[in-house]
Amino acid sequence: MAMVQRNTVSRKVFVAINTLLMAGIAFVCLAPFWHVLMASVSDPAMVEVNKSLILWPLGKTSIKAYQLVFSNDNIFIGYRNTLFYVIVGTVISAMMSSLAGYVMSRKRCRWRGAFAFYITFTMMFHAGMIPTFIMVKNYGLVNTRWAVILPTAVSVYNTIIMRTSIAAVPDSLEESAHIDGAGDWTILFRIILPLVKSTFAVIVLFYAVSKWNAWFDAMIYLTQRRDLYPLQLFLREILVQAKAASSADSEVVLYETLQKYATIIVSTLPILCIYPFVQKYFVQGVMIGSVKG
Amino acid sequence: MEKTARPKKTFAEKVRLEIKNCGALYVMALPVFLFYLLFRYIPMIGTVMAFQKFNIAKGLFGSPWIGFNNFITFFNSYYFARLMRNTVLISLADLLFNFPAPIIFALLLNEVNRKWFKKAVQTISYMPYFVSIVVLCGLVIDFCEAGGVISNIASIFLGDQVNLLSKPEYFRTIFVASNIWQGLGYGSIVYIAALTNVDQELYEAAVIDGAGRWKQTLHVTIPSIVPTIVILLILRMGSILDVGYEKVMLLYNPATYETADVISTFVYRKGFVDYDYGYSTAVGLFNSVINLCLLTLTNLISRKVGEVSLF
Repeated sequence: MAMVQRNTVSRKVFVAINTLLMAGIAFVCLAPFWHVLMASVSDPAMVEVNKSLILWPLGKTSIKAYQLVFSNDNIFIGYRNTLFYVIVGTVISAMMSSLAGYVMSRKRCRWRGAFAFYITFTMMFHAGMIPTFIMVKNYGLVNTRWAVILPTAVSVYNTIIMRTSIAAVPDSLEESAHIDGAGDWTILFRIILPLVKSTFAVIVLFYAVSKWNAWFDAMIYLTQRRDLYPLQLFLREILVQAKAASSADSEVVLYETLQKYATIIVSTLPILCIYPFVQKYFVQGVMIGSVKG
Repeated sequence: MEKTARPKKTFAEKVRLEIKNCGALYVMALPVFLFYLLFRYIPMIGTVMAFQKFNIAKGLFGSPWIGFNNFITFFNSYYFARLMRNTVLISLADLLFNFPAPIIFALLLNEVNRKWFKKAVQTISYMPYFVSIVVLCGLVIDFCEAGGVISNIASIFLGDQVNLLSKPEYFRTIFVASNIWQGLGYGSIVYIAALTNVDQELYEAAVIDGAGRWKQTLHVTIPSIVPTIVILLILRMGSILDVGYEKVMLLYNPATYETADVISTFVYRKGFVDYDYGYSTAVGLFNSVINLCLLTLTNLISRKVGEVSLF
């Protein structure tokens, strides 16, 4: 991306300031994680009195905070449940969006316009929190894993992305498969999905991220099943509600802040290691989404 | 569509033909149809609670009807003005700062010549987006506590180490600033992509006409991303009453309700804390109706102005 160059003095000054600014933004994006990572292996008493950004471990380095985090079952239970919600939920969601996207893009389906309206109308008008809660309760889903998975199973936005992508596949492919005796299921799974696999990857990622982040539904639906809590709900207790494991053990009290930091690292590091490799799909997703909302 | 001019096929034949042609499509559509029916449309019936003095023991059909009383109570309450003000102000502040920020970032990043540096800044700037909302709020709470990193920096101006999240006057700033931190890089993706697609000949032509860097940016670069800006702005306008309430819920506390409490968080507290289902549903329904009007309006505008349509 090169505009035509002209190296004047003002240009050089601009480049210098701009480079500094960009480096500054990158620093601000990174600094909180670095601070938390460094603080988590520092001396707890020194972290307690520290007030500024921690750029290297204070005092004697130790991994005591991590030992405390891993001795707490909640993190494991949360991780296990979240993995279930992310994997099973994403499979269900991505399948449903693909099926609906396929149906909505079939020109021989005389109801496709009505079906599309049926789906998009729910974007414009919500029943609201309480009526939805009461119905989910009536269905008997409250305090089960399905209360976390089913009520948010299909996203209109992801379904429309899928429809747009499938509609762009030439009709001739479907017709020739049809002549060879292939039915709709075969056409969708053997011909269409492999052709739109990058869009499929995009919606899988969008669904997976939203399920990884979700905590609100779990909070209102899993009131009596802590054993089904997703990771985010345990994180909320530790980080937001500051519910420390009430303990007479002075060491636990001393390490309370550090344990928070270690929890942040343990729950975030895996994602931060993966994202540079999947970011290109997000870029694609944003592009597809902005072409036709 | 079949016209009456060809009466030869009987109804049963038509059904058979439809099943033969599209039977599998109906089966495919069924799960999604049921999902929306069960979790989106049937709950809409539940909104009649808004017109009842709802009693969970008596249920939807046994609770006494009270007309618009819940709405009248809400409109006359102290909370109505506060909730409307907070919802609109937080949303507008977010729009005002969070909408242009990624555009400016993309334009400035576009001026960076070293490829590796550009790529590195870009990748790092996406990072906050991948932090979960709970962890983000955990970080904000920790940094804004008295003695926290941000609160320490702020004390230069305030003179005092305070828990910034206990002060109503700073809530909006913290909310919007943390949104910028999280969304800046991710939001810029679409603009950076639009910028790489600008026709190089336009720049060459501009230089021949004597345009400097600033003029090139003003007359070539910016006009080239205006369509993208317009589309995204229209999309954003439709959800002006849809404040990210999950984030508000994680960051607010009774000390900051004055500026932080929005319609959705109020609906949550009335319903799940006070168990006042009818009243909570009425407030939620009011929010939904306003949203519907706003979306319809923006859709009308976008059809005329941007030649894009949401629906």
